[in-house]
Amino acid sequence: MKVSVQPGDFDLNVEVGNISGEKTVGAVASFVGVVREVPMTLEHYPGMTESAIRKIVEEAGARWKVIDCTVIHRYGELKPGEQIVLVAVASAHRGDAFAACEFIMDYLKTRAPFWKKEHLQGGARWVEARSADDRAAERWQDPAKKAS
Amino acid sequence: MKVKLLFFAGLREQLGSSGEEFEVPSSVTTVAGLRSHLSQRGEKWQSALAEGKPIRMAINQDMAQPGARLKAGDEVAFFPPVTGG
Repeated sequence: MKVSVQPGDFDLNVEVGNISGEKTVGAVASFVGVVREVPMTLEHYPGMTESAIRKIVEEAGARWKVIDCTVIHRYGELKPGEQIVLVAVASAHRGDAFAACEFIMDYLKTRAPFWKKEHLQGGARWVEARSADDRAAERWQDPAKKAS
Repeated sequence: MKVKLLFFAGLREQLGSSGEEFEVPSSVTTVAGLRSHLSQRGEKWQSALAEGKPIRMAINQDMAQPGARLKAGDEVAFFPPVTGG
């Protein structure tokens, strides 16, 4: 498992390659988050961020068959089009890889201590948390709702 | 007892402080109690930490429920709901 919170960019191909080496790996699902139109600054809580992400990845590993996993999240100044976050999960089969990847992203959005500040033309503003993100994370708490 | 306070993001800006060492009075035993105590420090503290404001709390880098108990040396963080990803 690799968890990195860093200012610098990452290379999707390299990261996916790094978790694909095991002979038992048959599926790698990855998600990359990208900055939309507005430049932003990402602040985080050093120390807690890494441990919160590790806990989320461990929980994913307890729910699905995960062979390896990499999570990279950037902080600092980010421009439109830049990559913000990578979640990549290697499993034997696609079902586990897809589900674990989505679960890690949903939990990361509601539990990892990052905050986005958007730099709009009229001034800067902190992004407000979205209730849709809370609902996305909550659906994993009730297996019956997982498919919806 | 002494604890280390930390403030992040919009809350840090609102309070004009990223943190401080803080002597917790003996009447305060929980993280919610500490929040309420801090909100009485003045107008900006009141408006930033008042009940009903969406503030999250962590003790020793772990998300904490309002009733979580404090002990000497704890690192207690207050911050807005997270918006990463």
